[in-house]
Formats: sequence, structure tokens, C-alpha cells
Amino acid sequence: MATVLEDVGKKTIEHLDYVGSLNIQLWSTLRAMKSALPLVGNRYRWQATVRQMLQIGYDALPMVSLMAVCTGFILALQGASELRRFGALHYVIDLVAVGFTRELGPLLTAIAVSGRSGSAFAAEIGTMKVTEELDSLRVMALEPIEFLLAPKYLAALISIPCLTIISNSFGIIAGGLFMFFSTGLAPLLYFRYVLESIALRDVITGLIKSVAFATIIAHVGCLEGFRVRGGPDSVGRSTTSAVVKSTFLVIVADAIFTAVFYFTGAH
Amino acid sequence: MPVISVRDLVVEYEGRRVLNKLNLDIEAGETMVLLGGSGSGKSTLLRQIIGLERPKSGSVMVKGVDIANCSSSELNKIRRSIGVAFQSAALFNSLTVEDNVALPLREHTALAPSIIDLMVWMKLAVVGLADFGKLHPQALSGGMKKRGAVARALSLDPEILVLDEPSAGLDPIVAAELDELILLLKQTFQMTVVVVTHEMASAFRIADRIAMLYQGSFSSVGTKEEIKTSQNPRVRQFLDRIPEDMAKAPTVSAYFQKYLERKEAFQ
Repeated sequence: MATVLEDVGKKTIEHLDYVGSLNIQLWSTLRAMKSALPLVGNRYRWQATVRQMLQIGYDALPMVSLMAVCTGFILALQGASELRRFGALHYVIDLVAVGFTRELGPLLTAIAVSGRSGSAFAAEIGTMKVTEELDSLRVMALEPIEFLLAPKYLAALISIPCLTIISNSFGIIAGGLFMFFSTGLAPLLYFRYVLESIALRDVITGLIKSVAFATIIAHVGCLEGFRVRGGPDSVGRSTTSAVVKSTFLVIVADAIFTAVFYFTGAH
Repeated sequence: MPVISVRDLVVEYEGRRVLNKLNLDIEAGETMVLLGGSGSGKSTLLRQIIGLERPKSGSVMVKGVDIANCSSSELNKIRRSIGVAFQSAALFNSLTVEDNVALPLREHTALAPSIIDLMVWMKLAVVGLADFGKLHPQALSGGMKKRGAVARALSLDPEILVLDEPSAGLDPIVAAELDELILLLKQTFQMTVVVVTHEMASAFRIADRIAMLYQGSFSSVGTKEEIKTSQNPRVRQFLDRIPEDMAKAPTVSAYFQKYLERKEAFQ
């Protein structure tokens, strides 16, 4: 019994330590973010931010688009198979448009970026720690939070909402293709129905989620890198851990946001 | 006044005492070699001197500032006057050699890019890497990486140069070249140099004074002539290459004897 209590206590302290570290890292990054901004910040940080934006956003574009097209098609197909029975096939448009802007667009994008970039952040920073590059930065009077994390976080904050909008668009286009081939609905008419079915607040709540997901992905990935101890094997473990933890936290955050938006009437 | 002053320094890792009440003064313009076996605490002392770790008690004063208890801005100011080359070289693999050397200049000075390029070329020429600036560290040999790390350490013209095992893992010719480089740098720039090593030939070539560490304490501190003629048993053991504990040898033999007896009995 005592051992079980000890284990529970130990795990609780470990999780609290993790959450505390995430919070400290977040505030330190927010304080250092000014240096990564264009015009007012350090131009080398802004250059690093642009490079990160290309890696997080531009490089992920084919994957996120394809995932959105497939999911949009699946959603339309599954929705149609049920709604057809009630003679409500036209509701497929609402299902795809609202489903993507509120939920699937931000979530799919976050999962894709978490797998691509969250793991890359952990691997990059973890390797730098193992090879003493982080110590090297510190002895050159350069703070790793400002030098490494601030550009990554700013890039994620810009890229992930942009990717989310693209994901939403491709998902909705896939729904339109399904409607065109299954019912012959003209594309222009389809897009008119889409615009009627979604409200601006649906898009905004989706983007709010994507900003929160960007925060989770960037900070969990980087924290896992900073927590690497020992040799190269621990870099592999931290990379896996970054993907698992950020995906889990993204889904939990999504559930919380959806509940909050539902009960506050934002949806 | 000494440039570096270590007073009653105690460092512990998870309750294990690694450095035990160390006292050491390093004067301006002197080359101090920290000599000792693996695990004697040389690199730990070095990490304390460059402010990468905080001691359990005691102090490390660098240029009159207690670096364990100063503000981060004071620490960064001190760090700009210290050039550090790590054992693993710790060059940034994502940057070319010249970008590695240029990094501190870009971050801490307002020099024009053309001046920075010229200074980088000069630093690389000092260490004999002027023709290799465009390469990434992966394309360099072990000795060249270490020289690249020295070039980066020199980029801000530091008053103090700290080198962690500069000749470890190098062939005798390259190690001798690095020794000559350290002597040349000291003569040319009148730097204070702190070198951690367990290579005796290198230590006696470059040192003004040698501090010999054994199990977290100084067993002897003196000029290289004093160390050479020292009758301190720990110094003699190190210089005369006497194995640590011969008493353990019969135990090992007894183990093998027992193993052979069992093997015979089994057959």
C-alpha cells in the first residue's frame, strides 16, 4: 500500500514538475519574443523565424493538404451514406464546412505538425544538449530560450493558423468534389451553401484553437529537447515523448476549448 | 588581484561530493593547467569557472565578480570576456565553420558584415583553417574541429581562454600543433589560459602552473618544475603511471581462478 502511495506521489510530483517547467518556459519565451519580431527585434532571430516558418508551414503543406482532402472526402462520404436515408443529403455541406472550420481543420493540422515539427524540435534541441552546443550558446552569453525557442514559437504561431486555413479550404473542396460527382451540384452553388452554413465565429474559434495548439506543440517539443539527459538514446526517447505528449495535450485542449465554446454559445 | 579566484568551492551531484573545498588563484596572463585522472573533477571545476553550474557552497570570482551569485546580465558581461572551447568542440552543425566563428561577433557587436568577415578570416587563419571556413563541421577532422572551436572562442578577443581537453583523442602530431597554437596565442594576445587535460606531455609544454586534482581536491599546485619533482604520492602515481589499486588485482585473478575451477568441474 505504502509503495502504491509512494508511486502515485512520485508520479504526481513528476507531472506537476513538468507542467511547472512548461509554464516557466512559456513565460520566459514570451519575454524573449520581442527579439524574434521583425523591425523591432534582432534581424538574425527574424531570419531564423522565417526559416522555421518554411519548415513548419511550407514543408508541411503537401501533407496537411492531402490529409484534409482525404478527411473531407471521408466525412462527406460517411455523412452522405446516413443523411441520404432521411432525404437530407444537402446537410453534407454543413457537416463538412462546419466540421472542418470548427474542429477537423485545426485538429488535423496540429496532429500533422506535432508529428513533423514537434519531434524535430525535440531532436534538434536534444542533440544540441548532448553535443554541448547548448552550453556553447550559454558561454557565448546567448540564451537558448531567446536563440532557439523564440523563433520556433513565433514561427509556429504564424504557420499553424495559416496551415489550418489551408486545411479547412482543402477539406471543404473535397466535400465539394464529392457533392459534384455524387449529386451533380455545381461548384459555385456548393460554395454559396458553404458560405451560408459557416459563420465568422466558426472560423475564429478554429483559429483560436490552432494558436493554442501551436503553443502546445512548440513548447512540449522544445521542453522535451531541453530535458534530454545522457546520450543519443535519450534523444530518441525525447523525440517520441514530444510527439506522444503534444498529440495527447492537443486533443485534451481541443476537448476543453470545444466545451467552453459550446457552453458560452460561441458555437 | 587574480583574474580567477576559487574559494572553498564545494560541488555535489545527487549527494555525491565531486569538488571538496577547493581554493585556487589564477593570475592574469598565466597558463594554468588542471591535471588529473578521469572523474577527478577537472571538467566540473571548469564548468564552475565558466558559470554553467552553481556550487553547493563557496565562490568562484572571475574579474572580481562572484559568478554564482551575480545577475544574469553581469554573468553575460563576464562571459563575453571568456572564450571557451569544449572537449567535443561543440561547433554548431547547422552552421558553416565561418558562421560558427562569426556568431558571437554578429550577436554581441555592431560591426559591419564586411568587418566581421575579415575578423572571421583572421581568426580562422590563426588556427590554420582559413581555407576551410565554407565547410560544415561534419566535413572536418577531429583536430580541425577543435581548432575551429578555438577560433570561435577567440572571436571576441577574450581576456580568458578556457580549453577543455584540447588534445584528447588526437594523434600526437595534431596534439603538438594545438599545444603550439596555445603557446602562440598566449604570447601574442597575453591571455589568461585555463586548460583541462590529462595529457602530461601537453601539460608540461604549455603550463606556467599546474594544479593536480585527485578525487575532488588539489593534491598539488605549483610550477611545472615543482610538479615534476614533487614527492606527493598522488602526483608521483600520476606522473609514473602507477595503476590505482593493485590490491584489487588478486581479487580479479581469484575470480578467474574460481571460474576456471567451476568450468573444469562442469566438464
